[in-house]
Amino acid sequence: MHPIVARAQLSPNVTRLVVEAPRIAEIRRPGQFVIVRRGPGAERIPLTIADVDRSAGTITLVIQAIGKSTNELTALQVGDAITDIAGPLGNPTELLESGHAVCVGGGVGTAVVYPIAQALAANGVKVTSVIGGRSKEWVICEDELRAAGEVIVCTDDGSYGRPGFVTEALRDLCEAGGIDEVFAVGPVPMMRACSELTRPYGIKTTVSLNSIMIDGTGMCGGCRVSIDGKSQYACCDGPEFDGHKVDFRQLADRLNTYREFEQAALERWQAAHAEAHR
Amino acid sequence: MSDGTLSGRAAENREPLPKKERMKIQRGPMPEQDAMARARNFAEVNLGYTEQLAIIEADRCLQCPKPYCIDGCPVAVNIPNFIRLLGEGNIKGAADSLLGDNALPCVTGRVCPQETQCEQVCLRAKTGTPVAIGHLERFVADWAITHTDVFARANPTPSGKKVAIIGSGPAGLTAAGELTKRGHKVTIFEAFHAAGGVLIYGIPEFRLPKDIVQKEVDRLVADGVEIQPNSIIGKTYTLPELRERFDAVFVAVGAGLPVFMNVPGENLKGVYSANEYLTRVNLMGAYNPDSDTPVLRGQRVAVVGGGNVAMDSVRTARRLGAAESVCVYRRSRTELPARIEEVHHAEQEGVRFEFLTAPVEVLGDEKGWVSGIKCVRMELGEPDASGRRRPVEIPGSEFVFPCDMVVVAIGTRSNPLLTSTSPDLRVTKWGYIEIDDNLQTSMPGVFAGGDIVRGAATVILAMGDGKKAAANIDAYLRGVLESPLAAAAEAAAPAH
Repeated sequence: MHPIVARAQLSPNVTRLVVEAPRIAEIRRPGQFVIVRRGPGAERIPLTIADVDRSAGTITLVIQAIGKSTNELTALQVGDAITDIAGPLGNPTELLESGHAVCVGGGVGTAVVYPIAQALAANGVKVTSVIGGRSKEWVICEDELRAAGEVIVCTDDGSYGRPGFVTEALRDLCEAGGIDEVFAVGPVPMMRACSELTRPYGIKTTVSLNSIMIDGTGMCGGCRVSIDGKSQYACCDGPEFDGHKVDFRQLADRLNTYREFEQAALERWQAAHAEAHR
Repeated sequence: MSDGTLSGRAAENREPLPKKERMKIQRGPMPEQDAMARARNFAEVNLGYTEQLAIIEADRCLQCPKPYCIDGCPVAVNIPNFIRLLGEGNIKGAADSLLGDNALPCVTGRVCPQETQCEQVCLRAKTGTPVAIGHLERFVADWAITHTDVFARANPTPSGKKVAIIGSGPAGLTAAGELTKRGHKVTIFEAFHAAGGVLIYGIPEFRLPKDIVQKEVDRLVADGVEIQPNSIIGKTYTLPELRERFDAVFVAVGAGLPVFMNVPGENLKGVYSANEYLTRVNLMGAYNPDSDTPVLRGQRVAVVGGGNVAMDSVRTARRLGAAESVCVYRRSRTELPARIEEVHHAEQEGVRFEFLTAPVEVLGDEKGWVSGIKCVRMELGEPDASGRRRPVEIPGSEFVFPCDMVVVAIGTRSNPLLTSTSPDLRVTKWGYIEIDDNLQTSMPGVFAGGDIVRGAATVILAMGDGKKAAANIDAYLRGVLESPLAAAAEAAAPAH
């Protein structure tokens, strides 16, 4: 059992949970993830480890409530516990030793890019973060990222920071030049747009893929993605890949496999939830 | 009943029958759930012998002075002994005998290919049908698991030695039982959240109910085995780390990577590896519509492959509502590697077979969903390395089988997570772990068995490895085991 020791609401649908998991906290490296199963009967879902506190033996999970399982997880409070956490899984980020990195985070992906930015900064790499959201209330992890370097905030509605998409700010940075690597994590269309944008500039672009997984160890093959026309497993060959080689269309397609099921499960859960709170 | 003796007719007079009388008894069929009903539910197909059926069947055993059946069993169960005790009306005695030889008899009584092992060499098979050894094993084992109170807890003297077992499948569980009996403290590291390995994620409920596996696991835990779930060796811990913390290690992680066909269209939505399909349905309980874990319910399903995993998949698809569930196999019926019983059960449940057929492409619609598979017809040519006749494509025989789901069940291979983080562990070019005759690896005190050594094989062969490894680990811990592979590795290593 993994007790929740702290909880914070980061945006209308993004929650941060700090959870006891001493072994994972001890050995995890940036870029790695865990598979979480809330309790008996619950789904196994992959979540990136956003941060760790080794001395406290805790890991930080940042969860966007989309379906039933993520809504149930984000409804957990301090004192509740998660039954199963397995990991750390996936390959750690290959970190630059010097130079200039741009870390682009969209929505909850900002929490995935944060530990990468943190580790790059610790390596002495100059980090510029570009993060975005629909409006001010949807922007997360801004203060944490400021500790790693400059942060450019973009909002779709212009309610905070620079108006427009993160890709527009990234374009300006590419034009200015001097970028050694771009890390882009967020919704599939955003990662695709960032990768397409950097391609003509020849800037290495790394994306972190959030495929559907069960075990996270290569056993089910459900997370397979096409990289340069070859199938690879996001769980054990990734989760980070060269964005210029990813078949994003297929990835987006496969992520939709259970959309109808997920919608129905969410509606059932919301109905039951409303009932319980009446 | 709970004292382990039989009631009624059976208990009254259990004088041994003369051989002539025994020979007259016909093999009792296994009671089964009706085929049409069971094709739509996940309850167990085989219902198990009644006490009366079991006693009559036990009388068919001739108690051969040279019992070939024991040699035919990979874990060398003393078959005539437990059957004799059963025939005498002493079920508890039969259970004690069986459990002494086999740590998971409820499992093997259900999933062993008896027809190619003990029952194949049964003397009665020469002139008719063999004794139903598997059915009797299941009867005795199921009795034992529902009468745990009559068994004394094994209470061996603690050896003070600690053994780590990696993987809680049939090899790991068997080794855990055997090592515990010898007084060693066993900790099992399991990657999933629950113990059982392929017994819970792979083999479906209708063939091996999960509560049966859980009871076998519970029995081990009650005997002192510790299970540490969510522990992926190679990630959460490495093998060298465990080797430092424990006096010996048994690696029994199975062959955990699915093999795909490597044909176009394999990443379309609706294409599953058998591992994923069965894990969703079995371990994650997706056959229950209320489960949080989804699974696609194809209406026309093609399962590629001809082994037991293919049978489990094609029968599962029927149960999840497929109007048509077809097994596509590139060789003919004769070469099917699946157990005969599974093939028969599949056919009774309305599964169709397309023999001598090989997929060349998975076809999809504009939304990325599977719409069919393009196949070619095959004919059998010369025997290949496996001794089976090699299938050869018939030119111009392409055709399309329309379907909305494809399950690929053509085998598994080794998972490099553990081996790639164990530099001193020697592996074959296929990634399987190299072992010596004692199942010891190139790392002293580290043993390996089951599919990570053999490649994809059977539950009982893995259990046989678990039993053998336990005996050798015990010898190693007592300082009486040679380790040629480890010594060779040490000699070959550059001096530090």
